[in-house]
Amino acid sequence: MRPVAVVGVGKTAFGAFADRALRSLAVEAGEKCLRNAHASPAQVESFYLGNFAGPAFVGQNHLAPYVSTALGITGVPSTRIEAACASSGSAFFHAWTEVAAGVYDLVMVVGVEKMTSQPTARVSQILAEAGDCSGEMKVGSTFASLFAMIARRHMHEYGTKKEHLSMVAVKNHAAGALNPDAHMRKVITLEQAMKAKPIAEPLNLYDCSLVSDGAAAVLLAPLERAREFTARPVRVLGIAQCSDYVALDQKADITTFPAVRRASEQAYRMAGVSPRQIEFAELHDCFTIAEIVATEDLGFVEKGQGGPYAFAGCTALAGERPVNTSGGLKAKGHPVGATGVAQICDLVLQIRGEAGQRQIARHSLGLAENLGGSGATCVVTILGAV
Amino acid sequence: MRSGTVYTETVIWSAPEAFAADVPYQAAIVTLDGGGRVTARVLGDRVAIGDRVAEAEPRGDIPFFHKA
Repeated sequence: MRPVAVVGVGKTAFGAFADRALRSLAVEAGEKCLRNAHASPAQVESFYLGNFAGPAFVGQNHLAPYVSTALGITGVPSTRIEAACASSGSAFFHAWTEVAAGVYDLVMVVGVEKMTSQPTARVSQILAEAGDCSGEMKVGSTFASLFAMIARRHMHEYGTKKEHLSMVAVKNHAAGALNPDAHMRKVITLEQAMKAKPIAEPLNLYDCSLVSDGAAAVLLAPLERAREFTARPVRVLGIAQCSDYVALDQKADITTFPAVRRASEQAYRMAGVSPRQIEFAELHDCFTIAEIVATEDLGFVEKGQGGPYAFAGCTALAGERPVNTSGGLKAKGHPVGATGVAQICDLVLQIRGEAGQRQIARHSLGLAENLGGSGATCVVTILGAV
Repeated sequence: MRSGTVYTETVIWSAPEAFAADVPYQAAIVTLDGGGRVTARVLGDRVAIGDRVAEAEPRGDIPFFHKA
């Protein structure tokens, strides 16, 4: 396998944009990415689109060439990947395999979702289709309710407290307030986070990520060619995608995500690093409990210690290992199909030292964890400075 | 009818469109006495982790349990 580098990144702002269509968001991110890499559309040899539910949200299918041709990328393979909230993380993984295997040199990945054109109950219904519709979903489950059940069990087994969950929201809002592209740039207090209206007990409004529109793009190239495109290439040191049951009730233990554990073990091995060495991370905080569980499954802390670890401030911007310096899905926003690639973009900005007000001091080795559904797909990526 | 123990539960306040009229309602994952787990709706009194539950008459293809 050849070493692979990220040579360009581009993102739209995340938010509720009534006047923006799916394709216009995707094209904006893609064009920014090409400019960032000083590359032309004609140089792109293969294109991947990460998108969860474009057909349901905006009534458009066959989305990959629909987007790539609008970017001026024509004739080459153009492939959509759907893996719920891990759609563009998975697209990134498959793009990486093509470059690493030497099939293509320059491969672009765009992630996009346009969600806010539908009312909340319809959005919940569309998102619920990423669960098991023949079982858990037919009783009226939502994704919030599945993660609420994870939170209840985690509290029961490990003593995790409501204020531990709420502190994750407070922390991610504090970081998001410093991110000019974040959907919600609002600092909140622990009291506000604790007292918000219930969504699925014990989760309330501030435990849930946002319904957002947005897109993100990256360009991959072999490391040996990276400096043709950028003075600051970022290397993909380790990456893996793993899978697990779709339905929560099929898992032996819902307080852990085996796909996260497996993917991270593989990614650490490929990168030759230990969890302890990871300096910062973008983790999939679709719900606050998910970030807590991720810090445990990734080996940042022992099982059951994720709540106190977050509550002590260890994962804050100024903490020992900052998590979600972008504001995370919680504050930056969660346009489902864009999230995996947006996480990669945010790692790259930190590693290059281009993260502005939210730039952290130790930023040479970062990890992204992108989770699909209630853990059926996970992509873990470790990026490092060259 | 099946019986079992509540493995985890939640009360749902924000529902998908098909269930909006039922809010708030409780859902639980039940560890069945015969083995395996099922996600079910809870009828009547709220239940907590560890509570014994029994299956009620099914409504359509949705499993309903109540406190035993």
